Amino acid sequence: MTQENFSARRETQAQALEAEQVQANTTGTSAGVDDLLDEIDSVLESNAEEFVRGFVQKGGQ
Amino acid sequence: MDRRIFGLETEFGLNYVPSDGRRLTPEDAARHLFRPVVAWGRSSNVFLNNGSRLYLDVGSHPEYATAECDQLLQLIAHDRAGEAVMLDLVEQAEEQLLEEGHEGRLFLFKNNVDSAGNSYGCHENYLIPRKIEFKRLADMLIPFLVTRQLLCGAGHLVQVQDQTKFVFSQRADHMWEGVSSATTRSRPIINTRDEPHADAEYHRRLHVIVGDSSMSETTQLLKIGATDLVLRLIESGEIYHDLRLENPIRSIRSISHEFTGQTVVRLMSGDEPTALQLQWKILELVKAFVARHGAHHDQVERVLELWERVLVAIESQDFSPIDQDIDWAIKHKLITGYAKKNDLALDSPRIAQLNLTYHDIDPNRGLFHLLRRRGLASSVLDPAMIHDAVENPPATTRAALRSKFIRAARATGRRYSTDWVHMKYEEGEGGVVLCKDPFATSNSSVDELIEVMRRPV
Repeated sequence: MTQENFSARRETQAQALEAEQVQANTTGTSAGVDDLLDEIDSVLESNAEEFVRGFVQKGGQ
Repeated sequence: MDRRIFGLETEFGLNYVPSDGRRLTPEDAARHLFRPVVAWGRSSNVFLNNGSRLYLDVGSHPEYATAECDQLLQLIAHDRAGEAVMLDLVEQAEEQLLEEGHEGRLFLFKNNVDSAGNSYGCHENYLIPRKIEFKRLADMLIPFLVTRQLLCGAGHLVQVQDQTKFVFSQRADHMWEGVSSATTRSRPIINTRDEPHADAEYHRRLHVIVGDSSMSETTQLLKIGATDLVLRLIESGEIYHDLRLENPIRSIRSISHEFTGQTVVRLMSGDEPTALQLQWKILELVKAFVARHGAHHDQVERVLELWERVLVAIESQDFSPIDQDIDWAIKHKLITGYAKKNDLALDSPRIAQLNLTYHDIDPNRGLFHLLRRRGLASSVLDPAMIHDAVENPPATTRAALRSKFIRAARATGRRYSTDWVHMKYEEGEGGVVLCKDPFATSNSSVDELIEVMRRPV
């Protein structure tokens, strides 16, 4: 941690922002749609019910 | 106002998911998240080098309030910078937790409701002239705000009479009043808390707490851009039709729940337009206003084009022209597509998980970000603008002064404090500068105070 700021990862952050540049759009095809749904399944936590139910906050403003 | 100060305050939902079975309370998770902040600023309520405020709010919600901005894209960049700051904290907290033997993942959601129905907000601030009569402003603005969810709702799933429905807004079911000073016990559409953070003789801060948080930069552009245009119309003093609603709160809910935009809204005048007709009316008035007075910035045309495109899409019930631009439409396409492919009902846990994970700010696993990477959700910013906003204040507002003061104070290692209007040096001979002009970018008193701080004590 530096005195200047509390960030630990200026480098990885810059990389993440660059990674946000849009990839080619292949989703017009049905293969693209299947591919999208596969990717969604790969990033979701496996236990949907527990994941959602466990997200309880106190009320905010 | 031709030049207006804007600010966005975003409360994030926080959840720690252990992979070793050991849970953390939200308070504990928030404490871990903010440990680097406390180490940096000796408080969980700090102003950062970019002029923004970062703090833990009511209910242990991490909150990021952008610095004062005076341009739309600048404001959106600073709001997105808040997400980057939070992600940075998440990464550090996960590492720290692992060192303490807690294996798991921290999730931050830029949404407005948790699984138990607790709500937290995205608050919009607009500087307005003091001379505007507030009741007149509220009368004219509330019909717009009540129907604005058609343009920029985040989309949500709610149970209405035993049936799970896709609705426009997350926040609509949590609003209880038209105008008041409360924020938690009873949430109003417009909050009257009058802390202008500016010269109160000339300015007032309009605090709008009815909006959904926006994942999409395009949705954010429309949300703030359209509201600014309606405010200009009101500020001009040019009369417009009386659109006061008989019951804004009943209307805001029924409008959210009717996905066709055809909810009938009773006006005090006795008229009964649909939500969509009200929006068309306001758009028509705004377009005529812009035609008379000209565009006051380079995004006006884009805002008006988007606004009209959304209304056409709802009217035709063909959402494809907006399903990469508007949060509710992006999410609707995602959820209905996924449900159909997997033969799931809207009340299935997996669909609830999609609805939540759309708002995960992690660029690798958040579903909005996943869609954006695939070119299925639009952006309006060059990522370099966000990167810059993480480090640097808006150059055109008082935030530049605050940033200069904070950097200088930290370089000396001396004790200091700041808020929106004060800059205070707390050692030696000390000193405080009050800067009430949010448009000021230079101030000789601040320069003098910095000189004083640099002297040996």
